[in-house]
Amino acid sequence: MGDKLLEIKNLITSFRIGDHYYAAVDNVSLTVNKNEVLGIVGESGSGKSALAFSVMGLHTKAKIEGSILFNGKDIVSLPKSELNGLRGDDMSMIFQDPLTALNPLMEIGAQISETLILHRPQMSLKERKDHVIELLNMVGIPRPEYVYEQFPHELSGGMRQRVIIAIAIANRPELLIADEPTTALDVTIQAQILDLVRKLKSEMGSGVILITHDLGVVAEMADRVAVMYAGQVVEIADVQTLFNNPKHPYTRSLLNSVPAEGQDKLHVIQGIVPALQNLPREGCRFAERIPWIESNTHEKDPVLHEISPGHFVRCTCYKHFYFPEEPKEAKVYGNTRG
Amino acid sequence: MAILEVEDLKIYFPIKAGIFNRTVDHIKAVDGVSFAIEEGKTYGLVGESGSGKTTTGRGIIGLEHITAGSVKFNGKDITNKKKKTKAISRDIQMIFQDPYSSLNPRKRVRDIIAEPLRNYENLTKQEEKKRVQELLELVGLSPESILKYPHEFSGGQRQRIGIARAIALKPKLIIADEPVSALDVSVQAQVLNFMQDIQKELGLTYLFISHDLGIVKHMCDDIAIMYKGRYVEQGTKEEIFNHPQHIYTKRLVSAIPDIDPSNREKLFQFRQEVQEEYDESYNEYFDSEGLAYSLKPISETHLVALPEKG
Ligand SMILES: Nc1ncnc2c1ncn2[C@@H]1O[C@H](COP(=O)(O)OP(=O)(O)OP(=O)(O)O)[C@@H](O)[C@H]1O
Ligand SMILES: Nc1ncnc2c1ncn2[C@@H]1O[C@H](COP(=O)(O)OP(=O)(O)OP(=O)(O)O)[C@@H](O)[C@H]1O
Ligand SMILES: [Mg+2]
Ligand SMILES: [Mg+2]
Repeated sequence: MGDKLLEIKNLITSFRIGDHYYAAVDNVSLTVNKNEVLGIVGESGSGKSALAFSVMGLHTKAKIEGSILFNGKDIVSLPKSELNGLRGDDMSMIFQDPLTALNPLMEIGAQISETLILHRPQMSLKERKDHVIELLNMVGIPRPEYVYEQFPHELSGGMRQRVIIAIAIANRPELLIADEPTTALDVTIQAQILDLVRKLKSEMGSGVILITHDLGVVAEMADRVAVMYAGQVVEIADVQTLFNNPKHPYTRSLLNSVPAEGQDKLHVIQGIVPALQNLPREGCRFAERIPWIESNTHEKDPVLHEISPGHFVRCTCYKHFYFPEEPKEAKVYGNTRG
Repeated sequence: MAILEVEDLKIYFPIKAGIFNRTVDHIKAVDGVSFAIEEGKTYGLVGESGSGKTTTGRGIIGLEHITAGSVKFNGKDITNKKKKTKAISRDIQMIFQDPYSSLNPRKRVRDIIAEPLRNYENLTKQEEKKRVQELLELVGLSPESILKYPHEFSGGQRQRIGIARAIALKPKLIIADEPVSALDVSVQAQVLNFMQDIQKELGLTYLFISHDLGIVKHMCDDIAIMYKGRYVEQGTKEEIFNHPQHIYTKRLVSAIPDIDPSNREKLFQFRQEVQEEYDESYNEYFDSEGLAYSLKPISETHLVALPEKG
């Protein structure tokens, strides 16, 4: 194993709903090494962004427990001023939601300059502008001089996304968290952005957390992959193992949902992602989505088992999992099956 | 019969400059696009980011001023009609690309989804609540969600709220702008199956905008590839994926990520070859401004922006 850059230990991130706190990230431990891309995939709502925001210290109302070590230093309890020094410089994030991450009233050039002014105050005005134009070029924005003076609403979805990426890599961070960095982009520009991330990794030895729904992107980029379901990590493995020998029923179901050549109906996972306050907190959280699997195959209090070096799987149900014959007449409308 | 006919559509945005904010030039976001969609079909629009896909959709639905050309819905001209008949604005709905900014943050889910219903149908409070809950279930969200605000949902959950709203009135044409890109693949599968089911049930037609070529392949009958405001190629799914002719289409198809990590090396090689072909023949396939030439038919259904001869 390489040098540890980020070590997340027993992280619990909870949101308040009514009078109670509910954990969206529920006891997650993960490591990111230098020069490594850790892919995170998982059901929509499983806590991936909440995890990323916790690392970046960006939650305003959530309760955070556990520890997050960045280069050995716990950053959960770091004072704001110190955290601000790290953020955007040593670690930065590409946000899933490009429009709210940009200031609608500020020109693009000025927004990218901001992070340079904050962390590279010695740069001259001219150097700064040149650097911003270069960044816009790097992320494949056509006519960067012109875009420099545009406002966010005047850009296409993919162009906004690339502006966010430019801001995130402006100071060549040691840790880059990329939350759905390329979903808004066409595949050729996606390839270009992924090359940029690879370069950041190989030239700077940076560590990257890559959160994405695009399993193809994970397969091409990640060194290791963590799979999340309902706030927990349910499987971790190196990328080859995860795609060629997935074990957890959720991982297998997920891979099974990818459209295949000539397929009529796509495979879905029965049921719906429960709302945060309705998450089953005891037993195997995935059990209710695979009701045809005998209940005694689940563990009472499922833990991660290391089934081969570096390959962890939660619960014992994976040993007994199989796909049911697709019932012919079943309507696959969300949860209204049967 | 074609339900939607778009003829030489042009949508230009002014570039303003100077202290008087005078228009000095135009961005030709959509620059002469023509197509027709048969009722009940799914027409895919893919292409470069920033090539004008969303603008095309917004122009059709009337959210963007059309500079030139025409849009016909069921044979009726709806180009730049400020006052669309109620029926038309009800019959065409759009699922927006950005699930964050398209939902009003101050409204509860119930009101967001019920809004179109309130405009067009007279439902009692009780009926309305039931309809909203049914719609939520259809898109795989729990019925209790109705009292929540958008910020309390994850990205993918928000996108489903947008879909529920778009289908609330059972429209005839849905412009779906990246409808599932915020969703994980299992929920994607749910939503796509659902879109196909209601398509059959209601005879729906889709204009389907997406960067995910795997999904486009699964969903669409015909596909157009856009580049800098123009089409570079249009054809059936089979023509576009198995016999791409334009160098940009070839490049796009070669860049599709592969789900098998052991193909990394092979793909890298293949892409390099395609990139070389692209670089070599770029000047042949694009004019001096880097724009595509006009489309020429190479079969009854297959149109390609081939280089001008001579
Ligand atoms: N501010 C909040 N208040 C209450 N609940 C929240 C809040 N933010 C997120 N949640 C809930 O926490 C859970 C995890 O959300 P998160 O955004 O981390 O999901 P995600 O894995 O990033 O999903 P996606 O893939 O759709 O982006 C969801 O159930 C979501 O509804
Ligand atoms: N209101 C506006 N003012 C000025 N330019 C605009 C405006 N809206 C869009 N544009 C420009 O029009 C072009 C096309 O944008 P559009 O959003 O249609 O692209 P797109 O194909 O949907 O891209 P993406 O795949 O990234 O979403 C871009 O160059 C964009 O900057
Ligand atoms: Mg998220
Ligand atoms: Mg768009």
